Amino acid sequence: MSRWDRFLDTFFNAKVMAKYLPDILSGAVLTIELALAVVVAGLLVGLILALVRSLGIKPINWLIIFVVDVFRSLPPLVVIVLVYFGLPSAGFSPSAFVSTWMSLALVLMAFAEEIFWAGITSTPKGQWEASRSTGLSFAQTLLYVILPQALRITIAPLTNRTIAITKGTALGTVVALHEILGMASSAVSNSYNPSPLMMGAAAYLVLFLPVVVAARWIETRFAWKR
Amino acid sequence: MEEIVQAFFNTEIAQAALPIVLQGLLNTVLLSLMVVPLGLVGGLILAMLALSKSRLIRWPLMAWVDFFRAFPPLVLLILLFAGLPFAGLELGGFACVAIAFFLNTGAYYGEILRAGIESIPRGQVEAARSTGLNGLQAMIYVVLPQAVRNVLPDLLSNTLEVVKLTALGSVVAVPELLFQARQAQSVTYNATPIVMAAVIYFLILWPVVRLLSRLENRALHAMAR
Repeated sequence: MSRWDRFLDTFFNAKVMAKYLPDILSGAVLTIELALAVVVAGLLVGLILALVRSLGIKPINWLIIFVVDVFRSLPPLVVIVLVYFGLPSAGFSPSAFVSTWMSLALVLMAFAEEIFWAGITSTPKGQWEASRSTGLSFAQTLLYVILPQALRITIAPLTNRTIAITKGTALGTVVALHEILGMASSAVSNSYNPSPLMMGAAAYLVLFLPVVVAARWIETRFAWKR
Repeated sequence: MEEIVQAFFNTEIAQAALPIVLQGLLNTVLLSLMVVPLGLVGGLILAMLALSKSRLIRWPLMAWVDFFRAFPPLVLLILLFAGLPFAGLELGGFACVAIAFFLNTGAYYGEILRAGIESIPRGQVEAARSTGLNGLQAMIYVVLPQAVRNVLPDLLSNTLEVVKLTALGSVVAVPELLFQARQAQSVTYNATPIVMAAVIYFLILWPVVRLLSRLENRALHAMAR
């Protein structure tokens, strides 16, 4: 066997790949479910927090700022480990899926709140005053005047942040979640062959590369024209 | 309530675990001092290459950057740590972290630095060159200092993420803060050491987060005006 053949036989072994393909695929399904759940929960709660913050109730705002700062400072993996290994001591044992989902959603929530808030406050004060003086209520002003403009300038930073945090689904492996990386790692130790890992790597690229390319397009499309 | 305190803020266990956790903190600081410059160097190389006008360089470069933006850093790390030994290359956790960070964070730093360099008007290079500086000197003394200043919030934000990312080292047995805390936790069957690690991360990184929050706000407001 030539060197190249031996390399292929080790890293792209057809027999091993065929055997573990269903595992990787089921891992991919779990990764997609987790990613979607994180994005929906994180962005939604982040937006709600930013809207609550715009009401300007001081004690509530301090609390929001503190919580946001905490989840911006902590590494996501530390949050996951704390939730999964720590919470059972408090009588609440979330599954690996729930732990990873909760942790990543909290982290995304924090970054999203910050970005939405920056977007809301970047709209000049005159616009608030003008809208209110035409008879729009506070909620109407926020919904029809401020948010559409705020969302436009937040879209590029928000997409990048969302991708970066969603990639964190791989961290679930550390708490034995059976997503792509977890499935691939256990397949490697069962088969004593790295081919499943190569499949797992390919699966991540198939899932995330289109999103990254789309983000690049969005970035140029929504770039703020100076 | 008493149980919660015992489980998460146990002073006895905190005292016993303190030396272990502090050792982890020291290693996290050392690790960060290694991987941040490594990522910056990687980024600078990419940014310099991106200045090229040839499509033969620009296109593969864009693909390279997108590849690492799409690839989870933990997967990259595991690929190096668990995959390379099959090719007869056993590198150890520390070296794998170094390589993975060089590749991954280099791609992010590269994008930021490229944006910074592109923000400097072409005329500046021409002016610098006409005063007798060579290309390299113009880049180092004229373009880069201004470019870095223009993208300072982004550089700082990415550096914060890189420092947070060093927690991945725990997965490949690099004895950084999270790894040490988990060791202490598994010996004591108590979550206090992990809470300690979380508090340490927060205390160290909170000032950076505050600063960034202000810088980003200012940048966004300037953009909307």
